[in-house]
Amino acid sequence: MRDSRLSNLLFQTGSVVLALVLTTLVLLVAGAQPLEAYKNIILGSVGSWDVAANVLVSWVPLLLATSGLLVTFTVGLWNIGIEGQITLGAIFTTWALRVLQQSGWNPGVIILIAVLAGMVGGSLWALLTGALKTFGGVNEIFGGLGLNFVAVALNLWLIFGPWKRPGVASMSGTLPFDRSLWMPIAEGSSRLTPLTIVFAVVGVLVVYGMIEGTYFGLKLKAVGKNPKSAYILGIPTWQHMMASFALCGLFAGLAGAVQVTAVYHRLIPSISSGYGYLGLMVAMLVGYRASLAAPVALFFAALNVGSIQLPIVLKLDSSLSGVLQGTLVLFVILGQGVRARLIKKSKEEA
Amino acid sequence: MHVELRGITKNFGSLRANDGITLSIPSGTIQGILGENGAGKSTLMKILSGFYRPDGGSILLDGQVTRIASPADAIKQGIGMLHQDPLDFPPLRVIDDFILGGKAGFFPRRRDAVRDFQELARRFDFSIDCDSYVDTLTVGERQQLEILRLLWLGARLLILDEPTTGISLPQKEKLFETLKKLASEGMTILFVSHKLEDVEILCDTVAVLRKGALVGTMGLPFQTKAIVELMFGKEVPLAPKTQWEPGKKVLNAKNVAIDGIRIQIRGVDLQVREGEVIGLAGMEGSGQAMFLGACAGLTQPVGGSFCLDDDERDMTGRNHHDFKREGVAYLPAARLEQALVPGLTLTEHFILSEGMGGIFIDHKRALELAQRRIELYNIKGRPESPVESLSGGNQQRALLALLRDSLKLILVEHPTRGLDIESTVYIWSKLKERCAQGTAIVFISSDLDEILQYSDRVIVFFAGRVTPPLDAARLTVERLGRLIGGKDWESIEAEVAHA
Repeated sequence: MRDSRLSNLLFQTGSVVLALVLTTLVLLVAGAQPLEAYKNIILGSVGSWDVAANVLVSWVPLLLATSGLLVTFTVGLWNIGIEGQITLGAIFTTWALRVLQQSGWNPGVIILIAVLAGMVGGSLWALLTGALKTFGGVNEIFGGLGLNFVAVALNLWLIFGPWKRPGVASMSGTLPFDRSLWMPIAEGSSRLTPLTIVFAVVGVLVVYGMIEGTYFGLKLKAVGKNPKSAYILGIPTWQHMMASFALCGLFAGLAGAVQVTAVYHRLIPSISSGYGYLGLMVAMLVGYRASLAAPVALFFAALNVGSIQLPIVLKLDSSLSGVLQGTLVLFVILGQGVRARLIKKSKEEA
Repeated sequence: MHVELRGITKNFGSLRANDGITLSIPSGTIQGILGENGAGKSTLMKILSGFYRPDGGSILLDGQVTRIASPADAIKQGIGMLHQDPLDFPPLRVIDDFILGGKAGFFPRRRDAVRDFQELARRFDFSIDCDSYVDTLTVGERQQLEILRLLWLGARLLILDEPTTGISLPQKEKLFETLKKLASEGMTILFVSHKLEDVEILCDTVAVLRKGALVGTMGLPFQTKAIVELMFGKEVPLAPKTQWEPGKKVLNAKNVAIDGIRIQIRGVDLQVREGEVIGLAGMEGSGQAMFLGACAGLTQPVGGSFCLDDDERDMTGRNHHDFKREGVAYLPAARLEQALVPGLTLTEHFILSEGMGGIFIDHKRALELAQRRIELYNIKGRPESPVESLSGGNQQRALLALLRDSLKLILVEHPTRGLDIESTVYIWSKLKERCAQGTAIVFISSDLDEILQYSDRVIVFFAGRVTPPLDAARLTVERLGRLIGGKDWESIEAEVAHA
């Protein structure tokens, strides 16, 4: 086989088809009508302006997380701790809002400070993972995973402890903030906040530009592809890893801040909503290329939102979207692996 | 076991690692296999022990043509290999390590294994506690454990790859005694080494490999001179070198001590002057790479100091980037692993090494830079070629092209290893150009001709021992070969003591 665009396209398409086949099998085993289920997912994500807006609401934090992860993947790091970084972003944002809500300042300024605080929080949490790796020799996957649990525990403690609702603490989170502290919602929509879409789009463009166009991005690539050679070439390796952690944390923190200021308007126990893990999948699926992150993240967000219809209409569990997303990633990566082997084999034979 | 190799050939790409090797080793023989680095010893042993399949030729064990499919298959057929770094399991207990890979079945009968182990250990007078952990053993004891394990598995041919590196003298004597005993019982032994002395003490016969081919065999009594000649080739008269004028001091290494994993080097003194070329000779792993790395700040010495320039700026303890800023460049031998970044293009490498300022990459300037360097260094590749797509020679040219303009000192590991003649000549012409501009060069090579031809002075490393810098003009290939093989060190040490 030749290493051509055509073979690449064939394999990508084949992977998607296989993922659909497997998901269909799962549906059949579950005793559901596959076509009916797919129809509902599609209708549930683009069937009306309102659900389409919901897709965008889900797209923003997912794309932010993915953008951040593209930076850490570029430098060769598996920042699985991004979930905790999103959570800490949300916590810092909530904290800033709580401190400033009675200050009488302009709400716009308060929201801005809260968002910045969230970014700092996410970044600090990411730097903690980086410091554990750099100075403690703890692999970033283990450190990140551990810190994810710590972040969840911290979040729960705040919700059920110091920041609990007056009267009785609740799984539904802290008391919602005053409407003036919500990120402005688009007219005629219930949840869509145009400003957050700007964040996401600018974010992914910044990451794309940074990786493809700057010296810093090139150095990240060099460290990611071969840290030993990068060091000999004069690039300080651990410093670049720390910087990429910090950057990814900024994006994760921003995602957390968006969740608080634009989606839930309070701190809830599952504030990260799994966008970090989903972002890892999106990043893997796009082969760590920023150019494809936005559309694929949109597709995943659509699957997420669309599958909410399943339990309502078909009495199926909404985790079906997870099955489809997971198999998709597996098959695409499997396809890349098989293709690489075939190309290598035919090269050896030649 | 009577082992017969007939026309064994193995290619790696265009490199012929084994070239029609034919050798017959009767039962009970201790056969020495000699050769310099890259001569094809390891490849041949790996073919015998099932790691590689030969491209041509056949292996006969006790007269039967045999196919050895895998290392597991090899031991099934009675071929046991003792690797230079023991392939054991440091976190396990000795007895578990012993049982692993054996025929013990799913639930090993430990009691039987313990009995067998103790019986074997008693036979060879090894004292290893079977309940201790492997990582608490010395290298020599781990070797003994491996030998016992291979014997237990029924090895009738024992291959030992550089077994005397990193073990103590009594352990070495014990090993030799054991091997002689085994041979007297009919065991066939292949002893791969570069230490002439060990081979001469132990072996009944030696075979010398050179550039993949068997160039000669010799029985007792051995003639060292003839062996050295077989290993390194005949003396070639060299063109007279241009006289080198000592310039300013560039690097001053004083009483340097470095601890490696297996060897330690002590008391290395070296003053390098502008435009000078220093060759570091020795078999791979004799300490020269450690020393070169320390000169670049890549590894830290445990004693002594490194100073730069006439004003003796102390750089001891500083990292590689500090050395780099001072104009010290380091070119490692593992080009794609340590020097270049596979996946990045030539242009991207030039951008990185040039350290261009600003935030955004100036693609136009970068492309111009790449084109200029590609032309200047005659690299067969395009600016947008990924470095891994270049041939070895062109990768090496690229490495030189990446060097910044004014450098004090270039440290090179194996500047021309694996390169064809054209590239070799070219690389050295470029390095010599640098010397003419006042840059000093310290390089490692296992090619003695290269060492003698290009160096002004030579330091020889052998198992952690280091000669003082020797005048290259007064060295011969034979003398260098003997030093590398561990001979004549008394005279060197006497000279030092005398001075």
